[in-house]
Parts: sequence; structure tokens; C-alpha cells
Amino acid sequence: MLRHAARRLVSRTAAAAPARRALATAEVPAEAGEDSTFVEAWRKVAPNLEPPTTPLSLMKPRPPTPATIPTKLTVNFVLPYKSEIANKEVDMVIVPATTGQMGVLPGHVATIAELKPGVLSVHEGNDVTKYFVSSGFAFVHANSIADIVAVEAVPVDQIDPALVQKGLADFTAKLGSASTDLEKAEAQIGVDVHSALNAALTG
Amino acid sequence: MAMAALRREGRRILLSPTVPNPSPAAASAAVTRSSAISQPEMAPLGARSISTQVVRNRMKSVKNIQKITKAMKMVAASKLRAVQTRTENSRGLWEPFTALLGDAPSVDVKKNVIVAITSDKGLCGGINSTSVKVSRALHKLTSGPEKESKFVILGEKGKVQLVRDSRNSIEMTVTELQKNPINYTQIAVLADDILKNVEYDALRVIFNKFHSVISFKPTMVTILSPEVAEKESEAGGKMGDLDSYEIEGGETKSEILQNLAEFQFSCVLYNGALENACSELGARMSAMDSSSRNAGDMLDRLTLTYNRTRQASITTELIEIISGASALEG
Repeated sequence: MLRHAARRLVSRTAAAAPARRALATAEVPAEAGEDSTFVEAWRKVAPNLEPPTTPLSLMKPRPPTPATIPTKLTVNFVLPYKSEIANKEVDMVIVPATTGQMGVLPGHVATIAELKPGVLSVHEGNDVTKYFVSSGFAFVHANSIADIVAVEAVPVDQIDPALVQKGLADFTAKLGSASTDLEKAEAQIGVDVHSALNAALTG
Repeated sequence: MAMAALRREGRRILLSPTVPNPSPAAASAAVTRSSAISQPEMAPLGARSISTQVVRNRMKSVKNIQKITKAMKMVAASKLRAVQTRTENSRGLWEPFTALLGDAPSVDVKKNVIVAITSDKGLCGGINSTSVKVSRALHKLTSGPEKESKFVILGEKGKVQLVRDSRNSIEMTVTELQKNPINYTQIAVLADDILKNVEYDALRVIFNKFHSVISFKPTMVTILSPEVAEKESEAGGKMGDLDSYEIEGGETKSEILQNLAEFQFSCVLYNGALENACSELGARMSAMDSSSRNAGDMLDRLTLTYNRTRQASITTELIEIISGASALEG
């Protein structure tokens, strides 16, 4: 946490300088939805066919990095089967990065973090929503937008502790009896996930 | 029964050679009959009451076709609803990647792989041919001297169309994607399979993005290999600036970029497969709707012809009977 506070200070001073802002080109230029060189090349090859749409033209452009750090962090939390949180303004999120829990506040330095099984908590005033995520990525952009992409996530209160204990015991037994490398790796993943689940429930 | 009896009766009257004093109408009928006899292959015996059997058979088959198309429309409509919600829910999945990495459709690299998503079944309007046309144009665009461009085809229909002229460029094909409802795990396994089997600098995923039941747009998403992504982002341009991002986890930057590219591909493929499935069902629904309407129109026309012919033959026969009878009386 402290380390990120320091980062915030750094990025605050840096954000004032225009050069720093120009560097952070994560946001899409507002006017250019289509790639003109691509469209031109396409017209030469297939004059009778409309060029296909590209993701940039389908996406709403992201806002540029503001000069001052906003008070809230905009969070997008997506799963393959739904958008759990879409464009919501919160105070802080804590993501389970592979290097350890990482707190993200507004003005956090731009980061790409790989996630490990663990608890993702979203702090909004006094409300804290906790999810258990399996894996994925978190992108923090310079414009105080955090995108979290996870493969699977469930609210922590929906997890059954008895099943977690049982699964942990099962996979520990499997790890002991595993003979091939593949089996060992599979069992190790099972143990890791279940111990993370266990820690999430008890912690 | 009565009709058939009348018809037989009329025929007997005409056929009997001993009709005295034939009336003008009967005479003209006899003339036509004699000409009919002279050309038996054109109009067989008794053909002056036009056979309605052919029309009736045709009507029956059109009615059956209409039933089938109606049923297919209903099936597509009910499936569409479920797939559409799933598609709409999966739309958020690729946005973070585009926001981070940007998009570079015009990137010029050596090894291009075109991943064309098509459907397994036909009867769904033009969605497969659109995908194929776009893939073909893209193949032309990306292949050249010192460059190569390969196809990975998902779906039976795209395979059938592309095998004809680009057999040599096809790297792998996958079919029966939609046997079970599409889920992320299945797509992730498939994406892994594709990444293992092809070498790429840029992957281009082509699918039809669902807009509404009657409209879909061919869409192309470009995914760059980690090395190319790094090079592009250093060169600036459309790519996001990866250097300004700090990287947490993973041993090296290239390792994390590798993971990122693979994850992006699976997410894009998942969304693309769903969008294409949704477009397919929508297109099938509207195609089947218009063909049931066409079948209805055809049936109406056939019924009209059938009734008119029947009526005409009845009228003719009645006239013949009456005139025959009045000739006997006179």
C-alpha cells in the first residue's frame, strides 16, 4: 500500500508535465475509428467489398489522462459470460497479482499485472465487495481506469467452506500419489486454488 | 364422386361415334379431339379435361417445404434469444485488450494467419460467403513476395468454399464448433490448439458481428505476436505504448506479453464465435422467414391456377352434356 502511495506522488508530479501525458497513449484518438492506411490498401485489393470493421471503430474512445488526479477510480471487471462491473467509479480495488496483493487507487501508475487465484476486493465508500478470481489480467491505465479481465469469478460469500476443505484434501492426496509430471502439475494447481480459496474464507 | 361420374359421362357422349346431328360446340370439340388423336404424345386420351394431378402434387410439396422453413425459423428464433444474451454479455471481454494494445489492422508482417469463423450449417443467408469473401480479400492483401498468409478455418461452410481456390494455404480446419453451446473453456482449448499448430506474426480473426436480426457486419480483429507487438509499440502509431506500463508478475516482459497475446486471442475468439453464431441464427431466421413467405405466395398462385382449371373443366363438361342433351331432344 505504502509503495503505491509513493507511486501516486510520483505520477502526480509527472502528470503535470505534458511530455508524460503524451507518452500515455493507451486511450484511443477520438476521431480515428478506422485505420486509413488499412482502408486504402483494402480498396486496392477489393474495390467492390466494404472493408471489415475493426475493434477500434466499435469501441467508445477512452478519455485522455486528466491533468489532476480524479478522486475516483473507474473500474471495468469483465468475465467471459458477463460484465461484472462496467464503468463504475469506486475508491479502490485490491487485485491478487502474481507478485502479491496490489492496491489500486486513482492515479496509480500504469501497470499490467497477471493475476493468480485469490481475492479481488472492490472498495466503495464503506462497502467492500469481495470476489474470488481464478486467473486473468489487470490493466491499470494512466487515466485512472482499471480493466480487470478474469476467466472465472464468484462472490466470496457464495463459496461453500465444506467443499473447499474436501477439495483441498482430495488434491493433496492426488499430489502425493501423482506419478507423471502432468498429473503432478494438475494436482499442484488444484492444491494452489483450494488453499487460496481456504485463505479467502478464513482471512 | 358425382364429378367423376359426370366427367365419365361426358367422355362417353363425345366418344360415341353415333351421335346424330352434332351441335356446333360438340363438332368443334370433336375437331379438337381428332387433332388430339393425331398427336397423342401432346395430349393423351381424355386430356381435354386438363389433368390437375401435377398441380396438386406441386402444391403438396410446396406446403411441406413451407412447413419445414417455418419450423426452422421458429427453432432459430428460440435459439437466438439465448445466444444473443450470451453474446451481449461477452462483448466487454475484448475491450480491455484493445484499450491496452490498440489495434493495428495495417501491420505489415511476414507470417499472417487468417482465422475465419464460419458456420457448420447452411440455409442462413449470406453470412458464410461474406466471411469467405473478406478472408479471400485479406489473403490477397497480406500475401506477397517474402510474405505468406495461411488460413485457419472454423466451420464446415467456410472450409467448403475456401478449399476450392486456396487449398494450399489452408493450415487447419475445425468443424462442429457449435455442437454444444459455445463456452469459454472449449474455445480456450481450441485457441491453444491453433496457437500450437501455426506460426504467426499476426493473427487476424474474421467473424460477423451481430447488430440485429437482419444486419451483421464482417469484422476483423488483429492480434500480434509478442515480438511484433513490442516492435510496433516502440515504433508508435496505432499501438498503445507498452513502455509506459509497469509490469507485475512474470519473469520477463516478453513472457508476460506472450501470456497476454494468448489470452487476448482466446477472448477474441470466444467473442467472435458467439457473435458469428448469433449472426448465423439471425440470418437463418430472416432467410427462413422470407422463404416461408415465398412458399406461401407460390401456394396462393398454384391454388388459384388449380381452382381456375378445375372450374373451367367443369364448365366445359357441363356445356357438353347440356348441348348433347339438347341435340338429342332436337
